[in-house]
Amino acid sequence: MTQKMQITLTVNGTRHEILAEPRELLIHVLRERLNITGPHIGCETSHCGACTVTMGNRSVKSCTVFAAQADGAEITTIEGLGTPDALHPLQEAFREHHGLQCGFCTPGMITRAAQLLRENPNPTEEEVRFGMSGNLCRCTGYQNIVKAVLAAAATINSAKEAAQ
Amino acid sequence: MIPAAFEYHRPGDLPSALALLQQHGDEARVIAGGHSLIPMMKLRMAEVPHLIDLQAIDALRGIRIDGTRITLGAMVTQHELIAHEGLARVAPILREAALQIADPQVRYMGTIGGNVANGDPGNDMPGLMQCLDATFHVTGPGGERAIPARSFYESAYMTAREEDEILTAVSFDAPTGGQAYEKQKRKIGDYATAAAAVILTRSGATCTHASIAMTNLSDVPVWSEAAGAALTGTPCDEAAMLNAIAAMLADIDPAGDNRGPVEFKRHTAGIILARAIARAWSRA
Repeated sequence: MTQKMQITLTVNGTRHEILAEPRELLIHVLRERLNITGPHIGCETSHCGACTVTMGNRSVKSCTVFAAQADGAEITTIEGLGTPDALHPLQEAFREHHGLQCGFCTPGMITRAAQLLRENPNPTEEEVRFGMSGNLCRCTGYQNIVKAVLAAAATINSAKEAAQ
Repeated sequence: MIPAAFEYHRPGDLPSALALLQQHGDEARVIAGGHSLIPMMKLRMAEVPHLIDLQAIDALRGIRIDGTRITLGAMVTQHELIAHEGLARVAPILREAALQIADPQVRYMGTIGGNVANGDPGNDMPGLMQCLDATFHVTGPGGERAIPARSFYESAYMTAREEDEILTAVSFDAPTGGQAYEKQKRKIGDYATAAAAVILTRSGATCTHASIAMTNLSDVPVWSEAAGAALTGTPCDEAAMLNAIAAMLADIDPAGDNRGPVEFKRHTAGIILARAIARAWSRA
């Protein structure tokens, strides 16, 4: 076994210092060391997107990033996007538009959608589909996920306008 | 899926990275975005006792456009390529191709340097770089070398880069004329069943120059000089296009696999090239 290394991660605004082996994947460190279990392990082969988190300003599949690569990074998971009492507009829209059924893909979907809307606050339906194409859902057929993302975009934009 | 144990290094500059490569020899590999290497390590098909992460080396970053010469640092991600408006103006084929690679999450991590250096015949950028007649810049203990993309690939995963060298940048002249990157894949995220990069220049009704390269139809990318020659001096009509396709088919050597048997791949290659030529010509 190789020497453990000290890794600093800021997850959802909280700074964590952990000792981990370099070969530990970010998803394992999040779930097993930090008990942040929103990001799911689906395919483990960087296809399904269930493990998607935001690293800096990038959506990444945390099953294909070593925690060592993320040393020093700011990570946002679904836990950082809303609370049960104050849902993020995307969470509210997924509930309202039935954007989930079993819910397994949902944390990755919403985390990815949040970054998509930060980069493109007014996406077309096609841009949503293309921008979400790294996340697989086996229940919904995607239609309601796309509706939910578009609805959340409208909510976020009107809240911004109201604030101005 | 947990890879075998390794030591992780994050050098802050190129000389430190080269020194680590020298020190650890066969036991070391550099990692850029890691989206080819990490899956191989997880499957234990690659064992890398010393992993040298290039993310902290600023000299490997950046997109430079000096007049008509374009230089992309090896660590420029596909996402950065796509988002760069200046690059999209002078070489729109880069964005067109990059948008067809993998999926959004992978494009945030995947780099131009990793894509061209890995030598995977499924990668899209090597064929495109051959079409552009790009130059790959590598640095090793003996200094810097410039290697033409068209002579870089030897066989699958085997390239002209030596083990103790790091690919630092790719550069090419901004293409003139019409450009198109066309790719057939089974689904989003897949490698090409067949893909074609085409750049055509036109004077009046005549094609004055053509460069054509194919992806995933041999164990290396295929720049088909004969296919380009078949279009040059023609009005790019159906007869010329059929000649170009016939020339291309003589240069590729696809293997049957889970993307289909050889006959299907050859058929697909012809259709994809016809589409790419038509689109490039309409833009020329």
